[in-house]
Amino acid sequence: MSATVVKWSLASQRRWLGVVLMAAALIAVPFIAALGGQAWVRIANFAILYVFLALGLNIVVGYAGLLDLGYVAFYAVGAYAYALLASPHFGLHLPFWVILPFGAALACIFGVLLGAPTLKLRGDYLAIVTLGFGEIIRIFMNNLNAPINVTNGAQGITLIDPIRIGDFSLATSSTILGLTISGPQKYYFLLVVLALLIVLINFRLQDSRIGRAWQAIREDEVAAKACGINTRNIKLLAFAMGASFGGVAGGVFAAMQGFVSPESFSLMESITILAMVVLGGMGHIPGVILGAVLLTGLPEALRYGIEPLQRGLFGRMIIDPESLRMLVFGLALVLVMRFRPAGLWPSSQRRRELTESVD
Amino acid sequence: MATSQILLEAHEVAKHFGGVKALHDVSLTIRRGEIYGLIGPNGAGKTTFFNCLTGLYRNEGGHFVFDGVRLLADAPHKAAEIGIARTFQNIRLFGNMTAIENVMVGRHLRTRAGVLGAIVRNAATRAEEAAIARRAEELLHYVGIYERAHDYARHLSYGDQRRLEIARALATEPKLLALDEPAAGMNGTETEALRVLVEGICRDGVTVLLIEHDVKLVMGLCTRVAVLDYGEKISEDVPAVVQRDPRVIEAYLGGSVA
Repeated sequence: MSATVVKWSLASQRRWLGVVLMAAALIAVPFIAALGGQAWVRIANFAILYVFLALGLNIVVGYAGLLDLGYVAFYAVGAYAYALLASPHFGLHLPFWVILPFGAALACIFGVLLGAPTLKLRGDYLAIVTLGFGEIIRIFMNNLNAPINVTNGAQGITLIDPIRIGDFSLATSSTILGLTISGPQKYYFLLVVLALLIVLINFRLQDSRIGRAWQAIREDEVAAKACGINTRNIKLLAFAMGASFGGVAGGVFAAMQGFVSPESFSLMESITILAMVVLGGMGHIPGVILGAVLLTGLPEALRYGIEPLQRGLFGRMIIDPESLRMLVFGLALVLVMRFRPAGLWPSSQRRRELTESVD
Repeated sequence: MATSQILLEAHEVAKHFGGVKALHDVSLTIRRGEIYGLIGPNGAGKTTFFNCLTGLYRNEGGHFVFDGVRLLADAPHKAAEIGIARTFQNIRLFGNMTAIENVMVGRHLRTRAGVLGAIVRNAATRAEEAAIARRAEELLHYVGIYERAHDYARHLSYGDQRRLEIARALATEPKLLALDEPAAGMNGTETEALRVLVEGICRDGVTVLLIEHDVKLVMGLCTRVAVLDYGEKISEDVPAVVQRDPRVIEAYLGGSVA
């Protein structure tokens, strides 16, 4: 008995140590990144933003097993919702705590609207239809500048308000307790808080009645129906929940950049997010986070690393980093699919964890 | 009252696939508390009948009356909701979920927690989750695979998978449990254990509809048996009578039992 108590307290000590180290690391990241310039802080911010998106898509693809290639549409909806409600374009300047939930809700509605016609489709067919929907949204954004100028077309919307709490703006740097914190660093902390919230929501959904229903549909839709699951509603719920994370990500993106245009929401973006989910480990939250961070960070590291490397080796630039990026991206996908088909960090440990906790 | 004894009535159920008549006006009556066998040669329409009953297929003719209510066979989850649970001929488990999770999915229908409850994880949701897990454990005990609770369903042995499917079906609190060839591919010992399990389920108040190829099992287990051949019911009675029915012997049993 006493032995188990000791073991438990040791385990809990280690767990707390883990939490503290994690927190310290998360706090340290923007300051360490800043040593290499604010650009690196922005890259860290984008990595977290992609964590939002990848986790959102993970609900649809990883849990419910619905191959969605148009996920970027919800990102666009969230971004444009923020842009239109907090910019000189319509002269509206609503506060972020109104727009972000509104953007999430709007993305939810779009999730249901775009999900509803696809309910009977599976696999390739579903992928093609969702891909089409994604493109439709982008093209709408591109062309909705006439007869009434809603989205300002391809020029996009500029001068979007940054996130602001009272007079405290996240866009400019300020000094707190003698410590100077830049704009991107402030956004970083907001993003971390939101990310923790989203991760928590994902973990809770995963181990819930709804989460199990999603996974049941992924595993065998007919059996799920026979178990009394209303697959139509549960699938729509997956689309809606996944989309809402995309909407939040879009809102923060618009505020952070101060500018949105249809260009940011191309098919390539959907594919990148899907690659993060698949590469990291479909249906496994830590894996998906890893996938998002790696696929955001590595190409950037490559971009900044490859130029000095080439100059050092050959004395001049031979290959453009941008084209090399796609090459490495594709190669990484092929290698992962060949050697780790379940992703870099799949949920195979899950069973061991469960049996350990029983012991 | 006579009607209260009757759990399921099939009235002239007909189904065809293109020109093939899979079911030709099949009528049968299942009483509460019995184990009703449905047998017939391959392709006789047994599984088609199951699929019509559980809403996977839409029958072109006839209808079902279950527990006094006419079934609108348009959605499988509604069939489950009014109390018809089933297993599948080719086992359909949620392979990448653990055994206990499979049974917990079966509780979906009788529980309520939504997205908000899941996220907030309030007292009601936690209590419901605990009740779901408890019931799932009980059911795994009941079918005798409790020690495999945390194994992935796809890692279970064939016989255990059949049992898990039954546990999952029972989790929906059915009035009628429809088993589609539960003994297929089982050896003698496993079949015997299955017989004991099905008898127990029936004793605990669930009516059983059993499709089976193992004639010995059906004859020993069922209170009444119907025989399908080319989509038509050719006989329906207690096993002893069905066994001697010349049409049945001609169509199906032949010399193997007689």
